[in-house]
Amino acid sequence: MDKKIKVLIAKPGLDGHDRGAKVVSRALRDAGMEVLYTGIRQTPEQIVATAVQEDVDSIGLSCLSGAHNKLFPKVVNLLKEKGAGDVLVFGGGIIPNEDIQGLKDAGISEIFLPGTSTEDTIEFIKNNVK
Amino acid sequence: MDDLIDGLLSGKVRPLAKAITVVENDQPGKRELLKRIYPKTGNAYLLGITGPPGAGKSTLTDKIIANLRKQGKTVGVIAVDPSSPFSGGAILGDRIRMQQHALDDGVFIRSMATRSNLGGVAKNTVDVIHLLDASGKDVIIVETVGVGQDEVDIVRIAQTTVVVMVPGLGDSVQIAKAGVMEIADVFAVNKADRDGADKLFSEIRAMLDMVKGDIKPAIFKTVAVDDVGIEELVQGIYAHGERVVASGLMEKKLAEKAESELRAYLIDNIMERSTGLTIYDDVVKRVAAKEITPMDGVEEIFAGLEMMAS
Repeated sequence: MDKKIKVLIAKPGLDGHDRGAKVVSRALRDAGMEVLYTGIRQTPEQIVATAVQEDVDSIGLSCLSGAHNKLFPKVVNLLKEKGAGDVLVFGGGIIPNEDIQGLKDAGISEIFLPGTSTEDTIEFIKNNVK
Repeated sequence: MDDLIDGLLSGKVRPLAKAITVVENDQPGKRELLKRIYPKTGNAYLLGITGPPGAGKSTLTDKIIANLRKQGKTVGVIAVDPSSPFSGGAILGDRIRMQQHALDDGVFIRSMATRSNLGGVAKNTVDVIHLLDASGKDVIIVETVGVGQDEVDIVRIAQTTVVVMVPGLGDSVQIAKAGVMEIADVFAVNKADRDGADKLFSEIRAMLDMVKGDIKPAIFKTVAVDDVGIEELVQGIYAHGERVVASGLMEKKLAEKAESELRAYLIDNIMERSTGLTIYDDVVKRVAAKEITPMDGVEEIFAGLEMMAS
């Protein structure tokens, strides 16, 4: 059996807008991936604990509240603490252009802004999951 | 491999999670891994939760976990969701109802996609149970996919099977049908605050009055979202477990379970060896051309296997 790519789509922070997260989840499913969606308002700790138990290949973080600079790097750091630093982390949401480089420096592999085709996200995951 | 096994046997999360991945995907090392942990299994209480889609299985599982944790028991959960027959992908969404336990070290939740396996669970569910069992979990809950009428594999896996029903899905003829309704050790009539719950309860009870046998299923009303009826349900589950042991049925159940596990691997193995034969494609072609029947084709394949063996 081929190993399926397993992705956790997670929403850290306090905003309740999960339309985008659901659209991405569905697109990844249709691309043959196994997608965990854990709902809105998850703490970085919950997200990382879930990712470790589920042994996911990748985490997609969606945040529309503006707290991405704090929450996204927190997830990456917690993953490293738990010995799961090899998990590919990407992000999306309402993220100002000037924040993107800082997030990448903090270990988030890619940021997908509104208007991104789901095809691009799928390609990115397929090409970068180890 | 040694680190993985030592880690999982001492209950560490990441080695357990990695070992499950090996087993779920039939990766190299699976056989060795299972061989090493198999003697350490058989201690956990295996609980199955099944029922139609939307009945509240995940929410009920969430509340059962909370109840078991109050009693100090550690819990492993396998939540099974369907794979797409078209893309092979899946949305694993059961866990969303159980995230209150995400940071509890005494709870390990793993989602599995069916990957087109019929029967309501994933193909390697039993092996994942073995790993959770060996890691020291007191209770292992398997939540099946939302089932229709005939996905009853859970009964060969679990010590106690809870069938979750909700009002509004049909009349008393549905209750009388064979299949899922017959495998319950315990019924939970969930969403019991809704219209029709009392009627459903009494219809199931009337059906149970006709059940022959020593151990009649118990039936409970629950409103899982409001945490109503969970305590009684969990007590009912344990009462069933005790009755199975007291009546001497446990050994029979374990033997059936062992045979069903063996049989699954046997079928896999025979298929793998058969399709690996050089004559296999030729046999398929001749069956398609109506030269031989499928039954005769099987005989030819088995003759081929015997030649390989001698």
